Amino acid sequence: MATSETYAAGAAAAPKPFITAERVVYLLLFVGLVALPFFSKGFFVFQVTKLLIYAIAILGLNLLTGINGQFSLGHGAFYAVGAYTTAIMVEMMGVNYMLTLPVAGLICFVFGFLFGLPALRLDGIYLALATFALAIAMPQLLKLSPIEHLTGGVQGVIVFSETFDPDVPFGLPFDPGTWTYLFTLFVGVFLFWLARNIVASRTGRAMMAIRDNPIAARSMGVNVALYKTLAFGLSALFTGIAGALSAIAVKFVAPDSFTFALSIVLLVGLVVGGVGWLPGALIGATFIVFVPNFAEEISKGLSGAFFGFFLILVIYLAPQGAGGLLRAGVGRVKRLLASR
Amino acid sequence: MLTRRTSLIAAAATALAFAAGPGSAETVVGVTDTSIKIGNIMPYSGPASAYGQIGGTIEKYFEMVNANGGVNGRMIEFITYDDAYSPPKTVEQARKLVESDEVALIFQPLGTPPNSAIHKYMNAKKVPQLFVATGATKWGDPENYPWTMGWQPNYQTEAKIYARYILDNMPNAKIGILYQNDDYGKDYLKGFRDGLGDKTSMIVAEMPYEVADPTVDSQIISLKASGADVFFNITTPKFAAQAIKKAHEIGWTPTQFLNNVSSSVGSVLTPAGLEASTGIITAGYQMDPTDPQFADHPEMVAWRKFMDEFHKDGDKTSNFTAYGYAAAATLEQVLKQAGDNLSRENIMKEAANLRQVRIPLLLPGVTISTSPTDFYPIESMRLQRFNGTTYEFFGDVIAAESS
Amino acid sequence: MDLFLQQIVSGFATGGIYACMALSVVMIYQAIHHLNFAQGEMATFSTFIAWQLLAWGLPYFAVIPLAIGLSFIGGFVVERVVFKPIENAPVLSHIVIFIALFAIFNSAMGFIWDFSIKPVPSAFGEGPLYEGSLLSKHQTGMIAVTMLVLVLLWAFFRFTRVGLAMRAAAANPQSARLVGIRVSFMTALGWGMASAIGAVAGILIAPVVFLEPNMMLSILLYGFAGAVLGGLTSPLGAVIGGFIVGIVENLAGTYIPVVGGELKLPIALFLIVVVLVVKPEGLLGRRVVQRV
Repeated sequence: MATSETYAAGAAAAPKPFITAERVVYLLLFVGLVALPFFSKGFFVFQVTKLLIYAIAILGLNLLTGINGQFSLGHGAFYAVGAYTTAIMVEMMGVNYMLTLPVAGLICFVFGFLFGLPALRLDGIYLALATFALAIAMPQLLKLSPIEHLTGGVQGVIVFSETFDPDVPFGLPFDPGTWTYLFTLFVGVFLFWLARNIVASRTGRAMMAIRDNPIAARSMGVNVALYKTLAFGLSALFTGIAGALSAIAVKFVAPDSFTFALSIVLLVGLVVGGVGWLPGALIGATFIVFVPNFAEEISKGLSGAFFGFFLILVIYLAPQGAGGLLRAGVGRVKRLLASR
Repeated sequence: MLTRRTSLIAAAATALAFAAGPGSAETVVGVTDTSIKIGNIMPYSGPASAYGQIGGTIEKYFEMVNANGGVNGRMIEFITYDDAYSPPKTVEQARKLVESDEVALIFQPLGTPPNSAIHKYMNAKKVPQLFVATGATKWGDPENYPWTMGWQPNYQTEAKIYARYILDNMPNAKIGILYQNDDYGKDYLKGFRDGLGDKTSMIVAEMPYEVADPTVDSQIISLKASGADVFFNITTPKFAAQAIKKAHEIGWTPTQFLNNVSSSVGSVLTPAGLEASTGIITAGYQMDPTDPQFADHPEMVAWRKFMDEFHKDGDKTSNFTAYGYAAAATLEQVLKQAGDNLSRENIMKEAANLRQVRIPLLLPGVTISTSPTDFYPIESMRLQRFNGTTYEFFGDVIAAESS
Repeated sequence: MDLFLQQIVSGFATGGIYACMALSVVMIYQAIHHLNFAQGEMATFSTFIAWQLLAWGLPYFAVIPLAIGLSFIGGFVVERVVFKPIENAPVLSHIVIFIALFAIFNSAMGFIWDFSIKPVPSAFGEGPLYEGSLLSKHQTGMIAVTMLVLVLLWAFFRFTRVGLAMRAAAANPQSARLVGIRVSFMTALGWGMASAIGAVAGILIAPVVFLEPNMMLSILLYGFAGAVLGGLTSPLGAVIGGFIVGIVENLAGTYIPVVGGELKLPIALFLIVVVLVVKPEGLLGRRVVQRV
């Protein structure tokens, strides 16, 4: 797949100065996000929580598609597994919700890794169909009668049914909504940092080599099968943790929450943000959270049509997503500076 | 009547007055001297979008109310959002309505999974989740969820009516069931099994289908092969029409019981074929707009006038547009009863204080009653059989006890 | 045993629906080497046009060619207007455009014709084929037409210059361009044909499942499954694949205890994935050799 080479280039770059434009932007963004709940309404905070959760899920998808070059139209399934893991642990086993995140991530990692094994044999469209099949099957699997006692069947599971809200730890002076937001933000920042390190590591380079040219990668001694399944596992881990966070923020899971539409939405977020550019996840998530609402405000009956129209517009303006646009912009500025 | 502009100014003035005035013990949100803000959540897109018609009709109904001077002089400001039948989206929209739009209540949010998702939230926030558009049994639980109330007869009650009828009239029946494999289908199934009591062995086959299934042909063939002579059809309109048509095509002629959800003559039985539909038994609580026997009923005449004047794009053959009209009329009644005390507490109190109220378009003899311990507004239904052109009633109004 | 045969016959009939759609999937794959997610919605749209023309009182025999012709033009125009400008964008951007088209068509249909189901009359009459038959007249006719389209399609790719050019354009655009084939025009032509076949499929399917905007939502998936199973490069394979999916799905639903009925679709999909893992090019597809 012909994706960007941002990280391929970045990996070999010389050591940078401590203060770069990139770092300054990240710092400002982080400060802004931390300050947000203290200046806005609870509802908006919830929306941004949702945005961050989607961003984490898209980050996971990006590891698979952008870094390793494998398609997935079924990441909603991993999201669902993560969400149900947390819901069941909190509700049925009384585990503290914060402790469920690593478990959800681990379960999804194993699940993704195993799914990656047959996926090794499938390419392009066939892999797309297989993952899409997973997304379609997931809601039906979740309400299967033999596991109904765990999953609540078609009724789903209400999370925090006793307390209603996740408890704020250490007596911190936040209301539950703000705390859920901050918690999500910190988990998100950690995962983003983790993803960047993975990409810059030996593993990440192997994954990118496979993306750019599998046969060359193999001849250089990269274990293609291992790294492809590993990419699937890691990607599922990230998306699964996002799902777990969604169970905490929405406080309800049901088969209807995880239809194939979710997988499609994640893919849209990935492409709009820019395939292969990790921070694009945030931009993609912003698009999928706010643009449908905006389309609905224009016309209730034709909201879908307006959403589709905006989507086409975005792809016209930025065929490579926000990441591509940014690259083009930075390239132009650099050329301008160089020509002086 | 106030013009739009003066009413806006008045609204702004009262909003200021409220902000400045002393707080009362009861919470009055979304209400001014000239307006009441009411929220609603519907699936206007996605797999359940057929139900979106209900939201559209309610919106138009309140336009009519406003054109006639509003409720006790207050204009109704109706805000309706799309959740695409996705529970996480429902939560987002409910929070938007409560925390950002600051509505007085959320009226008729549709579907069991979406309502389940906001059930806790609405009760924790103490905002009425009033007359939800789903027949699940859990909406009538005033002790644990005093801010949530159903509207239509619940699925289990309806299924029990059929079970009772079968036990009384066809004790040797062999029953085949087709049900949608979700909360709604399972609720009916449970009610039906409960209704049969120790005679559940009368059920010879239960076939589930998924909303994603293109057809239910395979299930119908299995049901026929099971030797069933009674067919309980727990399906949504599209699948109901498919099932009726297929059964007819393959020459399977059981006594058919069809759940009320799909009893519409115009949008289910006609597409399925009137001949194929003849003999179908269903329990109704609402007049069918295409049924000739109600053509001259004054309420039906008024409804058609409403459709012509305020809802020209609406479907005059659909049960959904009639449903939305009746539901909206129920809320209007509650607001009228509440008078000038439109605190959330009082709205719930009046919703639980409906005594044998006649709501337009309900079947003759069916009324709405609630009390602080009875959160099931419509509880009576009538069995009716389709004769090829119209439903014929048989038996009396059945007032089934819920819970 | 009786039930077994009945389920196979019924699966065959339902498989006919999938086969119809699978042909349309193969057609677009031949033209652009992708699966078009909006294909189902476009076919539904075509069916709505046919329905609307019928409702306006046009006779059936005039409506069918008209609807198919309009769909052909529609597909052609969509390619020219929407896809031409982003020819060089990455694959995933194209997929997102498919999703956008899906949303636009679905929402527009709901807006124009609302979401209640509409009966579409059949060209082959109502009722069973003969007394006691599990196949209706319509289903028999539907399968016959599918076969006819299959033969036409096969002949088109095999014997006509345009068909050959289209295959060349999709398989190797650069070489095709060198021998004077207008590759971009061929792509648009492929879109037109795919949506014309989609219209046929929609008009055939609607009398069975009833017309509404979400009609093709799951049928398209089964069509994908059938086409992929049979081999995306082979029209015959796609049709056989469609029938197999229909039959397997019915048998799984009927005979696998406990979970069979609840998991008809996942079981069918699982089997397909298994087939693909063993034979990634599909049952009748050609292996694509990749150059390094």
